[in-house]
This record gives sequence, C-alpha cells and structure tokens, in this order.
Amino acid sequence: MTASIAAEADIRIEPEEPVVERLHGGWRIVARKEFADHIHSIRFVILVVLVALAGLASVHSASGPIRNAASQATAVPSIFLYLFTLAPDRVPAFHEFLAILGPLLGIAFGFDAVNGERSQRTLPRLVAQPIHRDEVINGKFVAGLGAIALALAAVMAVVVSYGMLRLGVGPTTNDVVRMLAFFVVAVVYISLWLALAVVLSVVTRRAATAALAGIAIWLVFTLFGGLIAGLVADTVHPVPSTAPTTEQVLANARLELTVRRFSPSELYQEATGVLLNPARQSTGLLVEDSTTSQALPSTLSLSESLVLAWWQVAALVGGVVVMFAGAYATFMRQEVRA
Amino acid sequence: MPSATTVASVDKLPIADDDAALETRQLTKHYADRTAVDSLSLKIRRGEIFGLLGPNGAGKTTTILMLLGLTEPSSGDARVDGLDPRRDPLAVKRRVGYLPDDVGFYDELTARENLEYTARLNRMREPAATERIEFLLEQVGLSSVIDRRVRTFSRGMRQRLGLADALIKRPTILILDEPTVNIDPEGVRELLKFVSDLRNDEGLTVLLSSHLLHQVEQVCDRIGIFVSGQLVGLGTVAELASQLQDRWIFELGVDPGPSTANLAKLVGAISGVHNVEVDGPGRWMINASRDVHTDLLATVSSVGCTIDHFVRRGADLDAIYHRYFTGRTDDSEHRRGG
Repeated sequence: MTASIAAEADIRIEPEEPVVERLHGGWRIVARKEFADHIHSIRFVILVVLVALAGLASVHSASGPIRNAASQATAVPSIFLYLFTLAPDRVPAFHEFLAILGPLLGIAFGFDAVNGERSQRTLPRLVAQPIHRDEVINGKFVAGLGAIALALAAVMAVVVSYGMLRLGVGPTTNDVVRMLAFFVVAVVYISLWLALAVVLSVVTRRAATAALAGIAIWLVFTLFGGLIAGLVADTVHPVPSTAPTTEQVLANARLELTVRRFSPSELYQEATGVLLNPARQSTGLLVEDSTTSQALPSTLSLSESLVLAWWQVAALVGGVVVMFAGAYATFMRQEVRA
Repeated sequence: MPSATTVASVDKLPIADDDAALETRQLTKHYADRTAVDSLSLKIRRGEIFGLLGPNGAGKTTTILMLLGLTEPSSGDARVDGLDPRRDPLAVKRRVGYLPDDVGFYDELTARENLEYTARLNRMREPAATERIEFLLEQVGLSSVIDRRVRTFSRGMRQRLGLADALIKRPTILILDEPTVNIDPEGVRELLKFVSDLRNDEGLTVLLSSHLLHQVEQVCDRIGIFVSGQLVGLGTVAELASQLQDRWIFELGVDPGPSTANLAKLVGAISGVHNVEVDGPGRWMINASRDVHTDLLATVSSVGCTIDHFVRRGADLDAIYHRYFTGRTDDSEHRRGG
C-alpha cells in the first residue's frame, strides 16, 4: 500500500531549501493556533457578552446625570469620559467594573494553557516538532494577550457607541487618546491575571484546579483586599474613637493605602482613574497631595496625567514580567512527561 | 529510492558517523529516586528497523526523549543523524517523526486541522501541506473521517492518525513509542506492515519500542533488550537466541526426601553452575555456563534421590522472553549477554 509514497516523493521533491534557517518564529505559529482557538470558543463569547453587559449598565446609568448636567457645564472638559468614571445609582463605573471582571478574563484565557496540553496528551507531540520549548509558552501567552485585547476592544466599541447614542456627542481627539491609554493600562492589568493563570496552568495537573485557584486568588483580592488593608492600618496606627487627631487619621489612611497598593486592582484603578478623568490631580490621598493646586480647579493634560499614573503602570508591567518569568522558568524545568 | 537521501542532504551540518542514524554513548539519566537509563550505548544503522524491547518502566521512553532533545541526559551523549539533540534540537526534530506513547490530539479540531497545525509547525507551505495531509490520511485509511473532530475517534484511529502526523514532515527517522499498545491484532499487523513498507520504499530508519516481543519481532532487523535502564541483550532474534545458548538452564525436580537439602548444596558445587534457585520443595532452576547435565544426573543418583522432572530449557523466543522480561531482576550480572 505504500509503494506510492516513493512515487509521490519523486514527483514532489521541492527545491532544496535551507531548512534550519527557516525554523525561527515557531511561537507565532503556536500563537496563531491558540488565538484562533480562543476566539472561536464559547468562553470568548460569554466573556465578551458579560463584560459588555456590565459596561452598558454602567454607561447607561452614568449617561443620565451627564445629559442633565451637559447643558450647564460648558466649562467641563471631556464630558464624554464621564461615561466611564461617573457612578451614580450605586452602579459601579465602567473602569471599576473592569477592575472586578478583568481578572476573570485573564484567568479564562490562561488557566488551561499548559495543563490542557498535558491532559490531552498533546504536549509530547507538540514539543517534538521543530520549535523551541519556550515558544510553546510564549505563543500561548501572546495568544491570550491578543484574545484579551480583542475582547476588550469589542466591549469598548459597543460601550462607546452606546454612549455616543445616549449623549448625542462623540469623543474629542483628546478623549480618544485617553481612552486608548485606558485601554492599554486595562490590557496590562488583565494580562497580569493572564500571567498568573499561566503560572497556575504550569504548576497544576488539572485545568479545573488551576481555574479554581485563580478564582480563589481573585476573590481574596477583590473581597478581602480592602478589609485586610483596613485591619492592618487599624492595628498599626489605631484611630481612637473619641477625638482623634489629624495625624492619627492621616497615618492610618496612609498605611491603608500603602497596603492596598499591593493589590493590582488598586494600581489599575488609580492609574485609570487619573487617565480617564483630566480633572483628577492625584492618585493618592486627596487631602495630602493636592494642597498646591487646590486653589483653582483646573484640568491636567494627558502627559500630566501620565506622569501621575506612571508608577502604577510600571508596577503593573513589572508584575506581568515577574509573573510570566515564573511561569516560563517553571515550564522549562518540567519534564515533558509529567 | 530518493527521499531518504534527499532529505538527509538538506543540511550541511557535520555528520559524525555516516552509518549511524541514531547513536547513544554511555547515555545515562538519573531521576531523584532512580536511574531510568544506565550507560546505554547503542548504534542504529540507516534504514534499519530497530526494536527497543523491555518491560514497562524500563527506560524506553526516557531514552527516546533524550534522543529528541526533550529531556536532558545526566551524562553521556546522543546523536541523531550525527547531530547533538542538545545543541541542534530543531534540526533533530525537523528530521525525526515521533509517535508518542498514548498519542493525543486536540479533540475539538478535526483530523485535518490537527495535521495542519503539525505541518505549519514544520514550516510546510500551504498547497504542499494539504496534499501531503490528504495523501497520508488516505495511506492510513482515515480519508473518510478527515473532517471529523478527533473527539469521535477510537484508540486505533488515533494511533493511525498519530502515524500520519509523524510522517507529515517527511522524516528520515521514525520513532514509534509503544505503537501496538491497545490496538487489535489485525491493526497491529497492518501497522507493522505499513512501517516495514515505509522502510523498504523510502529507506526510513525506524526505532520502535515495545514491551511485546512477539508482536514486533518479525519486523525488527535487530532488537535491543532493555531492562531497568540497562541494555541486557542486543542483536537479531537468532543472535539473541544463540547468546542464550552459552547459558544453560535446567529444571530439576526430585521426590522430596531426607537428602534433598544436601543435594542442593552438591549441585551448587558442580563447576560451571552459577546459581541454584529453589522453585518449590525438591524443585530447582539451575543456571550454568556449560552443559552440566551429566554431572547433575550423577550427583542426583549419588545421593540416592529419584528424578521426577528434568528439562533443559531451549533458547527460543519464549526463553528469551522469560529470561529477560519476567521479573528476574535479581541476577543482572549473570545475564549480561554481550
């Protein structure tokens, strides 16, 4: 039955190509396949719909007051951006919603990255192809990043369109640039959770375990982050219930903020809060930092906002790098058969 | 036969031993708790079908992973087409087709999509890749299910898909890890016929591992018997049998009596007898380096025992199998054949 293989080979001998030189860029092939898998998955659709619904709810509730105020508020710059930051009616603002739901996006596109290959027993076959082993994990991370960016872009397009419809005005160029900056910071924040999920997919055998662990960590930060920060602050710098001094209150608040900044969502909210709101002039405690400029309410230029937000963004990027490096190193040291 | 030489000449990299497709020198792999492969030195010629035979856990898969550069040897060297898998992993993986033990596929993708991914990872171009995939799936009898999801495939179908997958890249060397496990006898026959046709038509070098000597001995040119990480026998089936001829095994049974204990001592003292294993009351298995049957019989009659059982073991496949495979790990120094 195989006599024809030889004949086949005869016909199809390709011109001899330098095979070895063409063997770079394997991560792109992995990323392409993984990205296609992501965007064709039900997972992707569910998450986009979920985040888009949350976004629509927050933009809808924000747009009411903006419409009422718009006629009088001629001096207010960037009315459009208030869509993302105003939170009346106890519906969180869009960027706050994303602080909560972003981790879910990140975990969803990474929790089965490596252990999925193991449980389907495709890993030995995959790494036996002419790619370096690290290209597997690099490609998967890039694919997750791409899926997150695409999902977020889709959600923002929906939300912005709805906002334009409700307000009857479009964003200014400045607004668009600020939204892009917000988009980049949000992607970085979510990819920190993606990197965490990839770590979990490397160290756990089963995808379900990794997903659960990821969600548990997410809940700890979301539910208990503020609580723990408050507890630590109250223990170290207690504020007496009767006649507390300003120093005592400030010391308590400063420590609480410091502890909260260990949470990526705090860093993300501080950075995006400044980027989306040109009137916001501080990322820290308002009473402290704004003493110099408090006199006349003014707005910041984008570069001034970026200066305020830079270290939070840098910390988030650093977190992504460290987390991914951990996943990378662990994966490279694992046996193919484990 | 064109393809083997064509593909081999693609590289201008130095080839150490033109004759050997696969070579190991003192190859050793230690894990924390055990030695999986112990000083394995092996040379597999081009165009040879070599069977690596051994019980489960003997270190066969570890050896294969070291040849592919997927596991670091603790010491020693491996060469594939003269290339060091540690230094040129991509060049090695470019020319070796590998069917892993218990091969897995992406269940949500079709057979075609799975193979397309492999083709892309081997940097094959589009029309050629599609033709190759369709051709190979026809060869392994999966044409009719080419666009079905692999999720629906049986064990045997996955195994055949795995074989097609290993051949996509037009390998010069084919490594099959336990290819006959869990498929029916007819499937085994077809698979082995397919493999030996490939060798005959295309000059492929084939390394196949198995724990079932009977299944694969008819297609293997040579067999290496591998137990507890050590190569304990090497050669054609006939050579292995003649190696055994130098070692004589006798089964001796006498009617139990007062002098049976004494008899065992006397038998052990006969020159040429390596050891005497107790097989039951009055029953022994005797290993000797020469034909000691006259001495044995003389000894038995000298103590006045009655023989009820006396067999000289032949050196056929059964003997090879029994000798090497069935849990006799206590006398490894006696069975090193050469």
